[in-house]
Amino acid sequence: MISAENKRPLQTPSPSALRVRHTLTPFSINVEGGAELLFDGVKKHQVTLPCQPEPWDIRNLLQWIKQNLLKERPELFMQGDSVRPGILVLINDADWELMGELDYKLQDQDNVLFISTLHGG
Amino acid sequence: MCQAREDYGRRGPGRRAPPPSSPRTCAKCKQGSAALVIRVGDAFCRACFREYFVHKFRAVLGKNRVIFPGEKVLLALSGGLASSAMLRQVQEGLSRETAKRLRFVPGLVYVDEGAVCGQSAAQREESLARVEAMLQATGFPYYLVHLEQAFDLPGSILRRGPRGGEEPCPGYKEAVEDFIQQQRQEVAVADGDGAASLPRRLAGLRTQDVPAGGEPAAPGAQLPAAARTQELLRLFEAAETLTAKEELLQMLRTHLILHTARTRGYTKVMMGDSCTRVAVKLLTNLALGRGAFLAMDTGFLDSRHGDVAVVRPMREYMAKEIAFYNHFFGVPTVITPALRAKRREKTSIHRLMEDFLLGLQAEFPSTISTVYRTGEKLSTAPAEVGSEPGAEPQLCLLCLCALDTLAEEDLALEPTLIAEEAAQGPAGDGCCHAGTQGSCCRSSPTPGAESRAAFLPLLCYSCRLTFKELGHPDTLPPYVRSEAQRRSRRAEMKQQIQEFLLEDDDDEDPSES
Repeated sequence: MISAENKRPLQTPSPSALRVRHTLTPFSINVEGGAELLFDGVKKHQVTLPCQPEPWDIRNLLQWIKQNLLKERPELFMQGDSVRPGILVLINDADWELMGELDYKLQDQDNVLFISTLHGG
Repeated sequence: MCQAREDYGRRGPGRRAPPPSSPRTCAKCKQGSAALVIRVGDAFCRACFREYFVHKFRAVLGKNRVIFPGEKVLLALSGGLASSAMLRQVQEGLSRETAKRLRFVPGLVYVDEGAVCGQSAAQREESLARVEAMLQATGFPYYLVHLEQAFDLPGSILRRGPRGGEEPCPGYKEAVEDFIQQQRQEVAVADGDGAASLPRRLAGLRTQDVPAGGEPAAPGAQLPAAARTQELLRLFEAAETLTAKEELLQMLRTHLILHTARTRGYTKVMMGDSCTRVAVKLLTNLALGRGAFLAMDTGFLDSRHGDVAVVRPMREYMAKEIAFYNHFFGVPTVITPALRAKRREKTSIHRLMEDFLLGLQAEFPSTISTVYRTGEKLSTAPAEVGSEPGAEPQLCLLCLCALDTLAEEDLALEPTLIAEEAAQGPAGDGCCHAGTQGSCCRSSPTPGAESRAAFLPLLCYSCRLTFKELGHPDTLPPYVRSEAQRRSRRAEMKQQIQEFLLEDDDDEDPSES
């Protein structure tokens, strides 16, 4: 086993193998509580994340959402690295504080929900 | 590294690797898997959370014993998260077994603010349809009010109603005992009918009032005339800052709800202000110059209107708890957009304060509860506001709080008033002094300055600040103007007959010298 491990770093993993490991099946991002107004009024989004070498975590997901889904005024949804204070994040119907917040690594069939508790709700 | 990844893949799609902090168990029952974190670090499962949430509502109502059994209570719904959760709690509370049941008679009111919040007519109609469906599903009598109807309000809305009734108010405990006894008698009388009495009572609740919005001429779901909407928009557009607009909106909304309550016989109004909202309101109102009235603006019971009292049963729930509850247990909401700042317009004090507090809360999770608890310590002991000892303290025209500007020399108001005089220009100068009713100004050639000056002595400090940022007084709804005129004239008249009044009599019969 040890020799096999030593040999691994010398081999370049084949690109196709990498892709298989870091692709997520299309999963749903839902937005509620007034936050849907920032997403053109659409509450349910089916998204397919592009392949990338690192596993997807919430931090990356937020950046992706900012670039691809947010229709207007990104500062109303995000603040820096994270969501704006006042926006709750639920991963599989559980508080993201229980899952590691931004560092949680997304998995297949995960369901991410954003609820806004801000003014206007 | 790759080795680890291969292992991960080999486990198969069904089984997950444990996340960094493994799923915690509920802190309360130690069995269920935790679904959310309440306060600092307390993880609850769904079932325990539900119990906690429902219990809190009843505890808040029970602790502050102000809602008497059989009383008519109007629930003010905005369609948002907190007021919808409040509605669900009331429904749950009313449907429990007899001993523990909530004992009041609810009605619902929804104020449609779509016009000023940037919704088109079509969007407003759609929102209203959804709201009406939601209200109808509850079975309680409901009233749909449009913000434009503020132009129809009577001036009496700005006057404190007669407090309570003429008969002495029974204590809470006696009232509850009386009610229970009455119920037992009813059940005994309808003997053999015992099982039917509960549905009969519920049916009695449903047919209390015409559920279709009340006025046959204007069914609730229809939009008001376009001219009205234009008038309303003109009022809001004349306001110079978003802060003034927010304050104006809140004022109109409160008056409309109050009017609905008064005309339909409701003695209490329940507002869905969450703990988060109350904390933000506390600091916002401090910034707006309403420090003297914090207890009334944010406390559980707000009785400034006399006959109709406002209660805030949701004020101990954090916005997060409410959002989770609504999501877990399927509470329907209808979210409408809020007042928006135009491009290049500065944001309002309300938004700033909300961002500030929530930002702080993210780093220091006990911020909001600390602010809230500090606010809880404020009480509503009325202050003696100088003037004649026997007379009632004068109330602000718009917010109905005690006028705190009578001793103007003591406040920092004087410099601002002098600056205003100077700004009024040569027409007003010399004859219009701060504090007088400006009777001589009626002949001045600048009507705008004069009519504004006539309002100022009737307003408390913070309402003056807001008022100065509103447009010309002509854009204000008629009820505000008529009540202001009435009070100005009364004050003027009182001044004129002042020397004929006896010290300790009522001012109705001026004595003859």
